[in-house]
Amino acid sequence: MSPRDVVITGMGIVSSLGEGVDAHWQALTATAPAPVLDRERFAPYTIHPLPEIDWSQQIPRRGDQRQMETWQRLGTYAAGLALDDAGMKDDEALCASMDLVVAAGGGERDEAVDQAILDASLTRNDHDVLLNEKLTTELRPTLFLAQLSNLLAGNISIVHKVTGSSRTFMGEEGAGVSTIETAAARIRAGQSSHVLVGGAFQTEHSDMLLAYELAGFLHRDDWKPVWERADSEGGGVVTGSGAAFLVLEAREHAEKRGRKAYATVGPIVSRRSRRNSEPLADGIDAMLAQLPLPEGPLLTLSGASGAHQATQAEEEALAKRGTLVARGFSSLTGHMKEAQFPFAMALAALSVWHGKAYPAFDADREQAFEGAPQAVLATAIGYHCFEGMGLVTKA
Amino acid sequence: MVAVTGMGVVTSLGQGREDNWKALIGGRSGIHPITRFPTEHLATTIAGTVDFLPSSNDGASALTFELADLAAAEAVAQANVTAGDFAGPLFLAAPPVELDWRHRLSLYAGAREHNGAMSLIEAARTAHALQLFGESQFATIADRLAERYGTRGLPITLSTACASGATAIQLGMEAIRRGECDRALAIGADGSATAEALIRFSLLSALTTQNDVPEKASRPFSKDRSGFVLAEGAGALVLESLESALARGAEILGIMRGCGEKSDDFHRTRSKPDGSPAIAAVRAALSDAGMAEDAIEYINAHGTSTPENDKMEHLSLSTVFGERIRDVPVSSNKSMIGHTLSAAGAVEAVFSLMTMREGVLPPTINYDTPDPAIELDVVPNVMREAQVSSVLSNSFGFGGQNTCLVMAREPV
Repeated sequence: MSPRDVVITGMGIVSSLGEGVDAHWQALTATAPAPVLDRERFAPYTIHPLPEIDWSQQIPRRGDQRQMETWQRLGTYAAGLALDDAGMKDDEALCASMDLVVAAGGGERDEAVDQAILDASLTRNDHDVLLNEKLTTELRPTLFLAQLSNLLAGNISIVHKVTGSSRTFMGEEGAGVSTIETAAARIRAGQSSHVLVGGAFQTEHSDMLLAYELAGFLHRDDWKPVWERADSEGGGVVTGSGAAFLVLEAREHAEKRGRKAYATVGPIVSRRSRRNSEPLADGIDAMLAQLPLPEGPLLTLSGASGAHQATQAEEEALAKRGTLVARGFSSLTGHMKEAQFPFAMALAALSVWHGKAYPAFDADREQAFEGAPQAVLATAIGYHCFEGMGLVTKA
Repeated sequence: MVAVTGMGVVTSLGQGREDNWKALIGGRSGIHPITRFPTEHLATTIAGTVDFLPSSNDGASALTFELADLAAAEAVAQANVTAGDFAGPLFLAAPPVELDWRHRLSLYAGAREHNGAMSLIEAARTAHALQLFGESQFATIADRLAERYGTRGLPITLSTACASGATAIQLGMEAIRRGECDRALAIGADGSATAEALIRFSLLSALTTQNDVPEKASRPFSKDRSGFVLAEGAGALVLESLESALARGAEILGIMRGCGEKSDDFHRTRSKPDGSPAIAAVRAALSDAGMAEDAIEYINAHGTSTPENDKMEHLSLSTVFGERIRDVPVSSNKSMIGHTLSAAGAVEAVFSLMTMREGVLPPTINYDTPDPAIELDVVPNVMREAQVSSVLSNSFGFGGQNTCLVMAREPV
């Protein structure tokens, strides 16, 4: 134990399963955890929709809510949950000195304006002029900010007064891995004492599906657990709206203010495998080899997306170790892109905190786990690129 | 201590350190009428776009990559690092990506049905256009750069709006200080001057509409300044622990002494009226550098030429430096290159280091009508020979982002 160990003292998570750590623990430890699905809205694609959220619980000013599209609102909301959970919400001094690292993609474009342009484009050829004409007259001025990547962090600063520093990392699962890896490294090195870190993904927008489908990544059959989609129509990914924010703190910092931690963040490793030229399973295995994996069975909160190649490689690499007992949580939450790794870490910490494993989310493919987990592994293997994993241990 | 051993830059003034520097000290502007797309219906018709590259008309993603690549190649060559084996992490400041409109339109044109968004998604699925997929993924540009330069580990793509370039440098400095690596490649690149980007900034009233004489449009700290000029460019720096740089006999181009940051919780685009976050960011950078205010000999201003930024920047500088601010030269490269957005912090760090090395302060051009409320020595209109051994470079961005860097010519 070191005073600069990184501990998790607050967590705010939202998914189709509900909001907050308790709701998720209840839903995920139920006898037969069941997904919440919307099969109609984006058919033939199934998604895991947001639960009903009373935004004013974490974003009291309506003016602030109006300045954000759903993605930013969702992240700001989850960040508020995490701060509340850490007992920092109303501590002005703690928030003002708190660092912030957000994993972000892009926000939601104005679908109506875009569609109007697409429709008009079919009947005229001067497309560049058409763009100028429509965008100058129909775009809402504030929409730019409401969808801008670093404005999720900006809104967290405005709404929750977190103003120590603010960095936004972009780029799918890898960004989520880097946020936690960087935040933890800064705390261990004494460059930071407490950091709010996380991400959000709001899938209920056609552009969010479009990006996956440009490479045919989405699953088009009816819902199945992530490990069982290989023979189905489509690319295997079922997306979900969700967010995860964690308050990471130096052990000493948490103890001084008398906070009990959920868990300790162990080593985090990341990798850019050359998937075209080397088997991804080897890359994942190499990451596992970098971690001090404990003896015996190890519960593994896998962020597997369902994407065929990456999911199969992860399954293979985990199976090869013989001791890793996987829980593919995306079966139940859907794939949450930038939020995927923070979410995996949150679920891992929750299991360590309760001293209890999650039941199999896919009884056919996931083994039972006996006993109280002392350590849990969290993974996020990018559906397309970049990989990361980390250990969470008892505080 | 973190040294700089390689630098590369591309702006509308040209490609490479030499061309840029010559133009910069000559007080030449790179701002010109937009030719990349038609300007009908647009209030602003000028920009500092980079129009001379093969991918200048291939969309934001392709151009941002090419800009980053060219700047990185120049920096890595100067640092004399093994080609293709950089062996340190990559931090890339880049604009958020989106599928280019021309691709969106061509997908839709080829769609089987035209029934809204779902038709577009189906067209995307059946088009098998992997290049378009790359354009929609935020990791793509950094992934390609990592492959080309042999950087180590997971590359980080970041955005802190107009402070992004400075943040990339800051992340590199922090990684070296943590002892995670001996060197890091920090790049800021932005090739996103599309019609939509221009319109978005225009709708926020951020851009000048003084189109008539493009080279006179960007006039930081002038009374008649009226907004920034959208621009493109890239800056790249090889950051290296001084120890490692000396051990391999690399030339030390300058020292990254300190970085500081403070976010603003006041408003999405406006700064807190008392300027306290920017003030705190400057002070944090000085403190991180272990330097007192009076040790700063030149300031490379954020100086966007918007009424708000320049006023607030003056307020924060005069608060930190007191009466002495009248005697510290403060110039804005943006008077010539415009606002290169995600690249600005990195481009201007390169220019700051060159300022110290060359013993010449680049001017703030178009300074014809001083703003009486802003009493600064802006190195008006003409470059000035001056030996400076330390520079403060400011970067401020939407979303309350304030990042400052302190650079020095020599290690102490």
